This record gives sequence, structure tokens and C-alpha cells, in this order.
Amino acid sequence: MLEGSEYDAVDVVRTGLGAGWDEEGLLLDVVAAVQEKIGVEWAADRITVAQEHAATSINERVIAALAHGPAAGRPVPPYRGRVTVTCVDGEWHAFPARLVAEVLRLRGWQVDYLGAQTPTPHLVAHQHHTNSDAVLLSGSIPTHLPAAHAAITACQAVGVPVLAGGRAFGADGRFARALGADAWAPDARGAAAVLEAGLPRHPAVRQVVDDLPHLADQEYTRVVQSRSRLIRQVLAGLENRVPATRGYNDAQRERTAEDLVHILDFLATALYMDDAEVFTGFLEWTSQVLAARGVPVHTLVTGLDILAEQLHDFPRGLRLVREGVACLRGPAADAVVPGTPV
Amino acid sequence: MLVLDANGTLVDLNPPARPMMTDRRDSGTARDMVPSWLAAAHLRLTDETGVTPEGPSAAGEIGDRFFEAYPSPADGGVAWWLVDGTGRRRAEASLRRARQQAEVRAMVFSTLLSSLNVPRCAEVAARLAAEHLADAALIVLPPVGRRCTVTHALRGEPVVPTSLQLDPRGVPGLVEALQGFPPVPARWIDPAALPEWAVPAGFGGPVGSALVTSLPGHGVSAGALILLRSSPEGTFTQDEEAFARLFAARAGAALSAAHLYSEQSAITTTLMRDLLPPTLESIHGVEYAGRYRAASDHERIGGDFYDVHPGCDASRETFVVLGDVAGKGLEAAVLTGKIRNTLHALLPLASDHEQVLTLLNGALLSSHHTRFATLVLASVRREARQVRLRLTSAGHMPPLIVRADGRVEEAATHGTLVGALPSLTVQSAEEVLAPGETCLLYTDGITEARGGPLGDELFGEDRLRQALVECAGMPGEAIVERVQMLAAQWLRSGGHDDMATLAISAPRTAPPVGAHPSAGGHPGRTD
Repeated sequence: MLEGSEYDAVDVVRTGLGAGWDEEGLLLDVVAAVQEKIGVEWAADRITVAQEHAATSINERVIAALAHGPAAGRPVPPYRGRVTVTCVDGEWHAFPARLVAEVLRLRGWQVDYLGAQTPTPHLVAHQHHTNSDAVLLSGSIPTHLPAAHAAITACQAVGVPVLAGGRAFGADGRFARALGADAWAPDARGAAAVLEAGLPRHPAVRQVVDDLPHLADQEYTRVVQSRSRLIRQVLAGLENRVPATRGYNDAQRERTAEDLVHILDFLATALYMDDAEVFTGFLEWTSQVLAARGVPVHTLVTGLDILAEQLHDFPRGLRLVREGVACLRGPAADAVVPGTPV
Repeated sequence: MLVLDANGTLVDLNPPARPMMTDRRDSGTARDMVPSWLAAAHLRLTDETGVTPEGPSAAGEIGDRFFEAYPSPADGGVAWWLVDGTGRRRAEASLRRARQQAEVRAMVFSTLLSSLNVPRCAEVAARLAAEHLADAALIVLPPVGRRCTVTHALRGEPVVPTSLQLDPRGVPGLVEALQGFPPVPARWIDPAALPEWAVPAGFGGPVGSALVTSLPGHGVSAGALILLRSSPEGTFTQDEEAFARLFAARAGAALSAAHLYSEQSAITTTLMRDLLPPTLESIHGVEYAGRYRAASDHERIGGDFYDVHPGCDASRETFVVLGDVAGKGLEAAVLTGKIRNTLHALLPLASDHEQVLTLLNGALLSSHHTRFATLVLASVRREARQVRLRLTSAGHMPPLIVRADGRVEEAATHGTLVGALPSLTVQSAEEVLAPGETCLLYTDGITEARGGPLGDELFGEDRLRQALVECAGMPGEAIVERVQMLAAQWLRSGGHDDMATLAISAPRTAPPVGAHPSAGGHPGRTD
């Protein structure tokens, strides 16, 4: 797979089919497991972005070969209902959605797969065109949760129930519930089970503002709107307080700015969901990545301190940033990666 | 005012209380004359020491009127002062009913209007009618040819849509209802006259009464509603009548809007089909991948375009074009269609890029469009494991070539744009791709994406090149996806121009004999 040999990979799964595996087992227990491993390798910096992309795109072709290739035999004519499988607007990780789409096809559903990065207006127009029984909405990165909320309420407004899935919605699906999704499933088999049990259509129009009453404080909106200003202020503050950052070249400065973008995106999402773990979980992960890149964690803490000063009239935001700092200063964060200059 | 003694026996009453107690005389003893709710309240005031004339008030009916009773001390027992609350109670009940009704109606009407999909709309209308107006309901849509779509709903059961070949004359009043002319009010019909198709399977017992009504749409009838009830009384209360009328009007409007929408979107889809970017795949041993993002999220076409015209066999060149018409939106898209058609007609001359561009230039200058366009043309042929390219830019950004070792080179081609000047000059470039190398054609929507961490920077060519360095060795499909992703993330929610990317790649590994590398490589959007 990492050598980019699409034909060998396709051969492996075809051999699997010959050896008595069924398509669903191959998709979920082989192809999905390989994809998971690729993700882990990438996060651990053991493979490059190019290798990750190449492997993912080969995996996509393996799925296609499994689902529609000559070895799969005649495709099952759909006999259940019709569903739409799509990613949240802005979400580029289409692989999990693709797997779900193929598993449902194998199980006899008529599936419209809209893929990655589907603008919500397209998703809604598609519902008017097709009369789906359900929309399956996939999200991998938590920062897309506000967009997911928009998609969920838009589908429900046109009377189509939404089943949410993917890492973004939390390991226990609590964000799916908070955003008012009709159902949540931990994986493709779970999603198929939910659909097979029947997902009732929305009886009436829902009041979206009741989902997340804390949004009334406008903190989410104001943080999103003043993102660029906050980033400039934190960058300037860092140059004042962390001498090492003064010598950064353009590329390093842009890298730092991008890190700040992510921090603010996760902060905004935590404000949107009113859930501190969204933010602290991200910071823990970031501190590990920064450590691997040789950036000491205390720079991140200083960055958060400067951010906290800018957020003085955002009580919820301030509390989140303080919790983030506490989490980074905790015992786990003190461990220094060997070879890291501190 | 009634006075009750410690045993609860009526011992006295004042003149206004007399008439209402008169009716109760016949019930026997004086004690029995006290209504049970008052007797119970009286008993609650009683303990072993006798009656204490202080305590909570009580309320209940006497005859057909409603009273509140307040206790006070009196000689020989407790005096219960009765206040007639009948009027208030009736008013409250009717207010409560009106509120409930308004809630139900608001729910029903907003549910009716939620979808622009005709079958879905009919399903919703049938289900709501069965829930709120009858035991079963049918929505009959105007016939298409000889067939009618009939949607059955039985209260509490799943809705069943069917398509039937039926004679509407079989149901009295249905023809008029479907035509919406002559305008006739809803009418109750003889249930015995109903044909078999009009009674849903599972309707328990015989149909007692049936009603046919038109669903008035926007100026025309959107269909008919048939209501079935088990009870034989073919009447509505005044409230029901008003609700049924309103329901028919709203359901008709919703169906009519859905019908118009589906008609319009069918027209748009047909007209747009040729303007959509094509799905690309592997041709004659060369991999092609394209990705397109229109300037506005609710449109799918715009002023950028690309096409791949395969050579008739592997020894002939495949002709590739990517271009950008000045402007965006539908008008620009219409011009891309014209350019694509013109280029298609010029395919026999495709090997001579300068001639193709000159002819296209002439065609654009003589058309009434005042817009101009920039293009990149590529003639592509596979030779052994390499891919040979001839590239010509007409006023467009030169293609970038991603070498296997991570170098990113710009093809040395330049030229004037088309559709603006009477003559043009172009300089073509020859390039060779080794296995795993990619030539990327793109439009300025990518490099001119404005955003980034600070919100106001251009993505720019340098960042694009830097991104491509990291893409060395990636399949073309992954490269176009990554470039589009980086540009989209750079933009975030900001506005942008159309963005098109097309990759021409020499495959890294040769397909084994008989393999189909293109087996569904593109999942393809379904709309």
C-alpha cells in the first residue's frame, strides 16, 4: 500500500473474496483497518503527507474494486429504501463516509453518495430531488461541528431524519445528541442497524435555538469574527515574551499562525458545544505534535496566556482557555520528549 | 348559599339557591340533595370536635351548571357560598381547545410546507389528513398519461405510494376535483360507489362515509383528497369543516410548489448537463483527475472548465483543455459551453495548438459575447512508461510539473488570451513525465484565494508550489484533491472565484495485463 501499488492492493482483496471473505467483512475488517493504521502512522510522523494521501486514494480504489469490480459479482439490486451519505461541509475526510455508503449498498439500500466537502445548500437541494429516508452525516474533525449542526437542522427542516457518525461527534456520540441528530452510530455496521430498525421521520418543525441555549451569549460568534485580530495580537505578544520566536522566518511564522488558527477554531467549537473537552483534548494532542517538532510546550502555554488577556470580556472563553492552560501544566504535560530542546 | 350541619345534612338555603336545588328534590332525603363533591368537601372540614368552618374552597357541577363553593361559619353548621363559574369555565375550555387547535394547525401546515419533493409532499399530506381529518386518506395527483399517483394513508400505519392506471370517473366528483373546474365544494359521496383502489388495504370494516375535495394549487388543481371514515355520519362539525378547507388549500399550495420546483429543476438539470465538468479517468495509459469548485456554493457550474478528448487509439494524442472565462456564474458558464463546443468541433486540428487557438479567437471575436478567456491546451500521449506532453498557454498560468524527486517546474509556455485581440501569438512547450510524475493545470481561483490565518492574504503561487513539493509521487487524484483542500482551508468561509484543477499523470506502476485501473476510481456525485 505505501509503495503505491494499487494493483497489488486490489489483488489482495480479490484473493480475500476468493478465500471466502464476504465484501462487508473485507471492507470493514481489512480495508478500514488498513486506513486506521495509515492514520496512526501519519499522526506519529512515520509516513509523509504524500504517502498518506497516496494510500488513502489507493484504498478508495480498492473499495471501488470491491463494490463494483467483476469479482463482486452482480450488484445487489436495492430493495430497502433510499438514503443519502455525505460529509459535513468543510470535511475532507471522505473515507469513513465512503465505507458506510458501500456497506449500505451491499445491504440493499439505494445510496446517494455526495462525498467530501458537500455544501449544505447542495445537500438540501438533493433532499428535495430525491425523497431520502435518511441522511447519514459523517464528520471527522470536531471543528466542523457548527457546520454539522447547520446540516442537521437543514435536513430536519425538510422532514428528513439525520444519522450522525464519525469521530467529530465524540466517542459516545454525545455531540450528535447535543446537535439534535435523530440518531448516532459508532460505525458502519451500527449505522446499518439503525436504518434497518427504522428511523422515524421528524414529526414537526423543531426550534433550533433550543438546542444550544448558551449561544445566546454571542461568544462563539464574536470569537469567530475576531479570529484574525486575535491571531495578530497573540503573534505580537509571543514576539515580545518568547525571544526565540523573534528569529522566526516567514515559513515558521506562518506555521505558528496556522497553529493559532487551529487553537481558535477548537476554542470556538468548544464555545459552540459548551464542552471544555473539545478544547483540552485538542491542546493535549497539539502539545505532543509540537514536542515532536521541537517546539517547547511552554510557548503554547504563553500563547494561551496572551489569548486569555484578549478574552477578558468573554467569561466562557476565558474559562476554557484557563482550563486548557491547567491541562497543559498538568503532570502529563511535564514529560519532556527526549532530545527536545527546552 | 347552603347551610350544612355536622352530619352534612342540608339545613338551610337562601332564595337564590332554591331554584337550583329544586331539581334535586326528587332524589330523596335532604342529605342526598347535597351534591357529592360538596358533601366530600364538607366531610373534609369535619373532625371529632365537629365542623370547623374554615378550609379550602371546592368546585363542581350542580345540574348543568358549574359552581365554586366557599365555606364560612353559620348557625348550626357551615354555610357554603356558591359562585356560578359556568361562563368562565366554558370560556376557558374553549380557549384551551382553540390553543390546541392552533398548535395542531401550525404543526400540520409547517410540516406540509417542509418539502419540495412531490412524492414526499403527497406522503406528508396523506398522513396528516388521516391523522387529523379521517380514518384514512388518499391523495390523488393529476394523471400523467393514463397513470395516477395515489398515496394511501391509514391512521397509525406507514404511508403507501402507488402508481395506478385508473379511471377517475369511478369516484363521483374526482374528475372535477382533479381539474379544479368547475369549482365545486368538498362533497360527501356514497361510500358504496367507491372503486376497489380507493379503499386502502387494511381499512377495518366497511367505509361509513367518504368525502372528495380538490387541492387548489397555484391557479391549477394540484390533485384531489379523498377522506374515508368508518362512521356513517357524513358530516363535519363547523370547526372540522373550516380546518378541512384550510388543509386542502395548504396541501394544494405545497404540492403545487413542489411540482413547480421539480419541473424547474428538471429543466435546469437538462440544460446544465453539458456545462458540468466531466468525470475523468485513465485513458490510454495516462491518468487524468479533475476537481471543480464553483464560485458560489449553491451553484455547480461557473466560468472555469476542463475537458479531456481521448485520441481514437493509444498511438494518437489525447487533447486536454482547461480554461477560465472572464466573469463567474451562469453567464460565464454559458460561454464555457460555447468554447467547449467550438473546441470539440476543432478536434481534427487539435495537433496544431496555434491554429486551434486562432480559430477559437476568431469565433469568440465574431460572437456577441464581450467576454474573453484564457486557456491551456495539452496534447498527451504515452510512450513506453513515459508520458509526452505538448502544452500551450493562451494567457493562462503555465502548468506546473511535479517531478518524482519533489522538484516543481513551470512549463515554458506563454501566449495571448483569446477573444480580445484580432491576432494572437503563442509559444508551446514540450515536456516528458516519468512514472509517478504529474502535470497540474489550474485556474487563478486557486492562487488568488484570499484568506489565510490573518484573513487577507492571497494563497499565491509560492504556497501552491510549496504544497506541490509535498505532493511528489502522489496519484493525480490525490494531488487535485489536496490542492483544492488547501485552497479551501485557506479561504475558509470567505468568498472566492471558480477553482478548477486538472492533473495529467504518468502512472507509477504499470497495470498488469487485463486489469481495469479505472474501476470506479471516481465515486461520482449523484444529484
